[in-house]
Amino acid sequence: MEMLVVSLTVFVLALFVGVEIITKVPPNLHTPLMSGSNAISGITLVGAILSAGSLGPQVATILGFLAVIFATINVVGGFMVTNRMLGMFRRKD
Amino acid sequence: MGSALINLAYLAAATLFILGIKGLTHPRTAVRGNQLGAIGMLIAVVTALVDQQVVNYVWIIAGLVIGSGIGALMATRVQMTDMPQMVALLNGFGGIASTLVAGAALLDALQIDLSLVTIQFAIATAASGLIGTVTFWGSMVAFGKLQGIVKDVRLSGAQIINAILLVIALALSGWLVVDPTATWIYWAIVLVSTLLGLSLVFPIGGADMPVVISLLNSYSGIAASAAGFVLNNNALIITGSLVGASGIILTSIMCRAMNRSLTNVLFGIWVASDEAQSSDEVYGGRVKSANAEELAMLMEAARRVVIVPGYGMAVSQAQHAVRDLVNLLEERGAEVEFAIHPVAGRMPGHMNVLLAEADIPYDKMKEMDEINPSFDQTDVVIVIGANDVVNPLARTDPGSPIAGMPILNVDKARSIIVIKRSLSPGFAGIPNPLFAADNTLMLFADAKKGALDIMNALKAV
Repeated sequence: MEMLVVSLTVFVLALFVGVEIITKVPPNLHTPLMSGSNAISGITLVGAILSAGSLGPQVATILGFLAVIFATINVVGGFMVTNRMLGMFRRKD
Repeated sequence: MGSALINLAYLAAATLFILGIKGLTHPRTAVRGNQLGAIGMLIAVVTALVDQQVVNYVWIIAGLVIGSGIGALMATRVQMTDMPQMVALLNGFGGIASTLVAGAALLDALQIDLSLVTIQFAIATAASGLIGTVTFWGSMVAFGKLQGIVKDVRLSGAQIINAILLVIALALSGWLVVDPTATWIYWAIVLVSTLLGLSLVFPIGGADMPVVISLLNSYSGIAASAAGFVLNNNALIITGSLVGASGIILTSIMCRAMNRSLTNVLFGIWVASDEAQSSDEVYGGRVKSANAEELAMLMEAARRVVIVPGYGMAVSQAQHAVRDLVNLLEERGAEVEFAIHPVAGRMPGHMNVLLAEADIPYDKMKEMDEINPSFDQTDVVIVIGANDVVNPLARTDPGSPIAGMPILNVDKARSIIVIKRSLSPGFAGIPNPLFAADNTLMLFADAKKGALDIMNALKAV
């Protein structure tokens, strides 16, 4: 139960940090914000790696393997497409 | 590596994510910000790989290779007009990954160490399964709608079905908390959430997709956070919470820009107008159509031109033609800016990305509040494939379904040119008196062809 309170504290504080910075992102960059935040929500990959590589039952390994695929698409696709989009934004020269 | 070191590494990753998003607050620092995020992810992945819990690398490496290949292919191939679909898919994949991770963690814990299965673990597992699955199927439907595969359907009673499904899913979750050894309950939650995800998004109209995508973005973050509670991993909790916040903020910006509440969008409620004017009453004999030559004459003398892009510009891939027109106007000494409504396009910021793709500098793209006061000093406004976001009824007719929605006040400009294929209504289903205004000229054409025709005519003047 103590763990839960600590985790909840982290969750709520991070929520506030998120609201603080994200309200400052200009509408110009809202699409890259979505794809970029999508990429970092692929952090589930960490959990997926732990499941796919652990000693647990075969079924869990396969579920972990599938999760690694989906999360990696999210991470690699997200960061790459965000990079591609951001490269297009230029000032008047 | 000891557990303290591992947690420090995750903390470093989370910090880099926060700094990365902070970079996105300005186009100049954005590319770097995105790279910081990617470095953070690399640190997190390497940390997970050296975790002593990991003993078998075959499946991991196979998964990483397959996933990277698909991800890289999607990222390099996708057209900018299709970004909403891409983001919908990525949202969905994030969601399903959380579902799978929570399921695997449950099976692992039951076999390896029963003491891991605490109340927190069980609640978080159920939450991951529920939110992750709803995110996945909801995103698939959203993808289908954006791609034009899934048609809009008005499901009557969808709200009741949703409520029932949600209650069942929550009841099953409660049961899983009481008896976490019964893994079938987890898969039952996933099944019910599948139905819930489908029935939540099916009744929502295509034009409301900006809201839906933002909301699903948020869900995918919350699902990742829930998976973090399952694994007691702060990196997942922090990151998921950041993404959850981001999605919620974008959702509320979209709702405000349509002057509708979130429940209103989610339940597909559309206020029926009591005294809806027929299109004949509004347009009857007053709509003036012009050809490209006439419009070029009008534009020849213009000193300030504002372009209002809408979904029609994306559909006909007109952004490059528009860029050429802008360059020509600027060569002739006109000042040109873009007025971008928050809900123009099919996702937040969609128009900006399309214009950036066509090499239009971002300092020319103006937000609604910034550009609205300048319309009465604007000689010519060119509306390209937009409709409801420039409908003055939002200001003038309190009985209209879009009453109170903030709009671009283009009707205040000296002349307005509307490039549109026909007089067909936008999503709101109402006629637009702007098209019949004294100072409006219609060019009935596809957005790309219209822009090209005007440009060629302008060259000839």
